[in-house]
Amino acid sequence: MHQVLLPVSTLWGREIVRFLRQRSRLVGAFAQPLVFWVLLGSGFSASFRPPGSPEGSGYLEYLYPGIITLVILFTAIFATIAVVEDRKSGFLQGVLVAPVPRGSIVLGQALGSSTLAVLQGALFLLLAPFVGIPLSINTAVLVIGVLALVSFALSNLGLVIAWRMDSVQGFHAIMNLILMPIWFLSGAFFPATGLPIWLVWVMHLNPLSYGVAALRRSLYLHNPLAVAHLPPLAPALLVTLAFALSTFLLAVVTAHRNEE
Amino acid sequence: MNLSPAVVVDDLCRRYGPRVALDHVSFSVARGEMFALLGPNGGGKTTLFKILTTLLPATSGEVRIFDHELRSHAHAIRARLGVVFQSPSLDRKLTVVENLRHHGHLYGLRGQVLRERIAAMLDRMGLRERAQDLVETLSGGLQRRVELAKGLLHKPDLLLLDEPSTGLDPGARRDFNWYLSHLREQEGVTIILTTHIMEEAERCDRVGILHQGRLVALGTPDALKAQVGGDVIAIQGPRLETLRDQLSKRFACNPVLIDGTLRIERPNGHEFIREIVATFPDEIQSVTFGKPTLEDVFIHQTGHQFWRAEHER
Repeated sequence: MHQVLLPVSTLWGREIVRFLRQRSRLVGAFAQPLVFWVLLGSGFSASFRPPGSPEGSGYLEYLYPGIITLVILFTAIFATIAVVEDRKSGFLQGVLVAPVPRGSIVLGQALGSSTLAVLQGALFLLLAPFVGIPLSINTAVLVIGVLALVSFALSNLGLVIAWRMDSVQGFHAIMNLILMPIWFLSGAFFPATGLPIWLVWVMHLNPLSYGVAALRRSLYLHNPLAVAHLPPLAPALLVTLAFALSTFLLAVVTAHRNEE
Repeated sequence: MNLSPAVVVDDLCRRYGPRVALDHVSFSVARGEMFALLGPNGGGKTTLFKILTTLLPATSGEVRIFDHELRSHAHAIRARLGVVFQSPSLDRKLTVVENLRHHGHLYGLRGQVLRERIAAMLDRMGLRERAQDLVETLSGGLQRRVELAKGLLHKPDLLLLDEPSTGLDPGARRDFNWYLSHLREQEGVTIILTTHIMEEAERCDRVGILHQGRLVALGTPDALKAQVGGDVIAIQGPRLETLRDQLSKRFACNPVLIDGTLRIERPNGHEFIREIVATFPDEIQSVTFGKPTLEDVFIHQTGHQFWRAEHER
């Protein structure tokens, strides 16, 4: 068994050590969404109260779970850029000639990236009381569980792209084309209420919408009415789980293709 | 003891689109042998190296390593390979020890065994004092040594080295060569290395010369050099083309004009030189004379100057 787990855990641990040695990544993945949140949240709060949002809550509060998702997206993106760099620097070559199944390599990379994402997302969770969301143990545990699933899914999605790319520039282009719109259209930034019908459909088909819904449901355990327009927790979690598993499989397939 | 070859390459071809990188290459490497793939850059060495490391599939043909077919048993083969790439495969943000530890884990080593192997490798490579340093703070030569330590850590049966002495200073190169011989003699490791340095190939048991994707020569360095007809004479002069025609008429030899030098292979070269200098005193500015080297073998086989071939690719 350790023949399978040892490579996974060693690649996983490496991601975390590398992250801790590159402070700029911490700043990038945490401070950037924070600034985003404060500026956008405050800026829009005067003109925009999301339909269906709880009475007395502003846009800052609406955007809060969305920003946690963005933290996760950014961390996943940074971690997958590291994979592109690993390929460029030659490190990945050394891993690919080792007797390690491609699935273990992908799993190690995805777990490393997810761990960082969850830790940063959880850090953001500490801000909940400032937007009037009370933090209970139940909420915290549930939120972290949702974050883990969403992180794993987004990390794998990043890996699917990263394993095909040989330049960081190429990755940025694809990221802006795919990953950012997935976030925009997930209900993180604006709700699916009162939108053109095609956009509503896109948001319904976007798997990340269910991750964001699960996150909102978990944050509003104390006040389910506030998120009554969203899918219920259990189905949202199931879709997110399916999202995580299918992106993982896709990443493994991509890593295998890479040899051809 | 198993006497089947360590590596058998049979009719191997690799194309990149229309470009043929390897053209029906066949050879085998015995267990415990030290084998050099010599050739100019772009001759197909790196492609062949990548195929042997399991990184790149062949277009056609077969490779067997330790009696296993390469593609279908890649996993089993990988466990017995030690690979040292030309480009660095180290994580520069990690320390020397961390790099070796991760590498050990990838090969299923851990705990006490791994710690002992790492300590032994650090000693052997003279890296003990730098063990806790980040790789990015090491000089190029030291990084290269970490690279080698990494390739050898899991005690591979077949060591594949791509241009191993690149970036090593002469002292380190000597140590490294000594260590390779030691590995082969004491531990029976089979070694295949690619190189464009003649002296490095000279030290190997056998050499395969790759040019434009084809294996143009294969044998021990001495046997290859014996293929060249005797001594090698190189002449410089003002009108080499005329001289070439006159020489071939008069002495029944076959001079070849390459890059402003007239090259003749001839037994008893010193006597021949005396004759031609006496016959064409005005046509000859300088003459050099030597026993054939592997470079002469390359020219003999391909009609190209070795370094010129690198630029022409």
